[in-house]
Amino acid sequence: MKIPVEYYLWLSLALFCIGVLGVLFRRNAIIVFMCIELMLNAVNVLLVAFSTYLNDASGQVFVFFIMAVAAAEVAVGLAILVKMHENTKTVDIDILNRLKW
Amino acid sequence: MTLYLFYFLSFLAILSALMVVFSKNPVHSVLYLIITFFCIFGHYLLMNAQFVAFVHIIVYAGAIMVLFLYVLMLLNLNSESEPHKNNTLKFVAVISGCLLMVVLVAALRGTDTMMLQDNGSKIGYVRNLGKVMLTDFLLPFEITSILLLAAMVGAVMIGKKSSKTTTPQ
Repeated sequence: MKIPVEYYLWLSLALFCIGVLGVLFRRNAIIVFMCIELMLNAVNVLLVAFSTYLNDASGQVFVFFIMAVAAAEVAVGLAILVKMHENTKTVDIDILNRLKW
Repeated sequence: MTLYLFYFLSFLAILSALMVVFSKNPVHSVLYLIITFFCIFGHYLLMNAQFVAFVHIIVYAGAIMVLFLYVLMLLNLNSESEPHKNNTLKFVAVISGCLLMVVLVAALRGTDTMMLQDNGSKIGYVRNLGKVMLTDFLLPFEITSILLLAAMVGAVMIGKKSSKTTTPQ
C-alpha cells in the first residue's frame, strides 16, 4: 500500500504555514529561528517525497545541502544573538530593530 | 498499515509544530520541535530514504537543537522573560498565516494526481546516494565543506570577546 504523493504535499504545506505563522506570531528571536528551521524542514520533506516518487536521487542530495546550509545559518545566527543579548540584555525582535530602514 | 502510520506521524508532527508556536516557555518549544523532527524522521523512513533520515536525526536533533537549547539556557530565558505581541498583532498573524495556507491550497488543489509506479526504489540508500553525490554533485559537495568552515570561523569571530579591551591588530 503506497501513500499518494499529494498527502506529502499537504503535510509539507501545513508545516510551512505553521512556520510562517510562528515567524509572524512570536517576538522571541530564538523561536523565530526555530520556525525558520520548521519551514526548511517542510521543504525537505517535499523534496524527499518527490525524489522518491520520481526515482531521481538529485532531490535527496539537495536535502543534504539544505541541511548543511541550515546548520551554518544556525551557528552564525545564534552567535549573533548571544552577542546582542550581551549588549542589550534582550532577544525581543521589537527592540532589536536598529537595522530597520 | 503504512497509511495509518502516515496519518499518525503527520498528526503528531503538525500538533507539535503548533505547540512550538503557541507554548509559553521557550524550552518547551525546543522540545516540541524535537518531537516534530522525530516525526519527520519517521516520514523519511516511510519513504525509504534512509540516508537522509539518519543525517536528519544527527544534524537536527543531535546538533542544531542542542545548540538552541544551549543558547536558551545560557541566556536564561523562561516564560517570565518571554516577550509577547499584543493581541491585535497576534490576530493579524494568525489571519495572514491562514490566508497563506488558503492561497497555497487553492493553487495546488487542482493539480493532476501523479500516478506513479510502485517503486521499491533504492535511491535513498547510502550506496546510491553516495555515488551520485561524489560524481554528479562533487563540486557543490566540496563547496559545502568550505561553507561550513566559513560558518565555523564566523561564529568564533562573532562570539569572542570584543576587541575594545585588547589591542587592535
